[in-house]
Amino acid sequence: MNDLKPGSNLEKILRAGHFAFTGECGPPKGANVDHLKEKISHLKGVVDAVNITDNQTAVVRMSSWAASAILVEEGVEPNFQMVCRDRNRLAIQSDVLGVYAMGIRNMLCLSGDHQSFGNHPQAKNVYDIDSMQLIALVRKMCDEGKFLNDEEIDVPPRLFIGAASNPFADPFEYRVYRLAAKIAAGADFIQTQCIYNMDKFREFMKKAVDMGLHEKCYILAGVTPMKSVGMAQYMAKSVPGMDVPESLITRLRGAGKGKVAEEGIKFAIEQIEEFKEMEGISGIHLMAIEWEHRVPEIAKRAGVLPRPTV
Amino acid sequence: MIVADRKPINEILDMVKRCNKILIVGCKGCVTVCNVGGSKEVGILASILKIARKKEGRPLEVDEKTIERQCDPEYVEQLKDLVGQYDAVISMACGVGPQFLSEAYPEQRFFPAVNTTFFGGALQHGIWAERCAGCGTCVIHYYDGLCPVARCSKSLLNGPCGGSANGKCEISKEVDCIWDMIVRKKMEQGRLDDLVEIKPAKDWRTARDGGPRKSIREELVQ
Repeated sequence: MNDLKPGSNLEKILRAGHFAFTGECGPPKGANVDHLKEKISHLKGVVDAVNITDNQTAVVRMSSWAASAILVEEGVEPNFQMVCRDRNRLAIQSDVLGVYAMGIRNMLCLSGDHQSFGNHPQAKNVYDIDSMQLIALVRKMCDEGKFLNDEEIDVPPRLFIGAASNPFADPFEYRVYRLAAKIAAGADFIQTQCIYNMDKFREFMKKAVDMGLHEKCYILAGVTPMKSVGMAQYMAKSVPGMDVPESLITRLRGAGKGKVAEEGIKFAIEQIEEFKEMEGISGIHLMAIEWEHRVPEIAKRAGVLPRPTV
Repeated sequence: MIVADRKPINEILDMVKRCNKILIVGCKGCVTVCNVGGSKEVGILASILKIARKKEGRPLEVDEKTIERQCDPEYVEQLKDLVGQYDAVISMACGVGPQFLSEAYPEQRFFPAVNTTFFGGALQHGIWAERCAGCGTCVIHYYDGLCPVARCSKSLLNGPCGGSANGKCEISKEVDCIWDMIVRKKMEQGRLDDLVEIKPAKDWRTARDGGPRKSIREELVQ
């Protein structure tokens, strides 16, 4: 019965050996479905799947599963994100079943930003399980058809399981081991944190390839075009675990008034060109934050269109 | 030890606003060690309350008493001749104290004077830090003597989140990332491979999640 359900498009693209291209979209801060549909309309046919964030930065938004289900209705494949901050193992497992029932086929497993960042810092944090255990849990539900407590699932889910990797958090030497652990836990694909420090990322990928990790899972490189010098400075200073080299900020500043965004896009495209050739990289995860309407242009200029159909 | 902070004076004054005569009870246990609820602090609180109420023109009569421990019926019993004479009794012990007193003397009203914060130790005089979450199933042997349950903001059991930067936690530059310490210790000892082995989901039944806990040691029960 399970085999009759259509699988993940992203999975098919990657298994066929195509260079994947995924996008991202934050659900509305409200029930504004029209706004969500408007944002994803720019991504339709342009990306293989769209990550739907789960109360990102711990700010309350429409639930990621509901927004993901709207994408399914709209004919855009979602990559449903789930964080461990807001749900215990009961809610996690029921949501995993729920999203599969709604036609969602990709799931990204994350720890989640601490609630102190968000708009309800008074909240109790859950963290019943961590992101590593979440990956293993979804793997078990899919492959063994069992809940965490070993009870049988009546029609288990079948999801393409993703995890995040931040090559730039500290300590650097350890980050590739964490990637290895996530793959061992059962991740099918990895989407990395936004990459700006290319030297450091090359070093990270060399280690990953030396350990053979790229043969065990698909690694998608994270790209976020810089819109302004202010954004670059903010990311450099205020976003934990983000590595923005001073040389990039200087380059953006040098572009001159009114031309910084274009310079940011140029840098992103240069990155994508390099990632296409980089050993171990299977695709791009483009996180164009509140810039969905620019994604078609970036995709076109990066030479990733038309998207393959498998 | 159990660490606590004294409540703001205004909150305590509000608790006793209808009282004319109170008793403040200190504890010689943990709260004496962390300088919040021993005989010295009982004296200070008594003076502050008396001065504040005198200013208001409604003097407050305050008696003081500090017992060995408020978490032990044997010592709580020492208060039996005192309680009953007061409009309220303020406990300066951790959250256990006012409850043991309430249970022993149901006719008397008891108020807490401290906020009980965590199980920890003194880093230096005047600075205490959390070390244990009392989860009921100690796992620190997996983490070279460092506890991620108590000391990671997300209680992560399988490595740091992406928010760990420069040895600090993503929630604040004032908070050390315990996972940074664990990882560096493993690196120094050449045992990073330990962290590829996944620790399964924790059984939280032994923690507060399993409901209020009780410890019974048959050999001691008479």
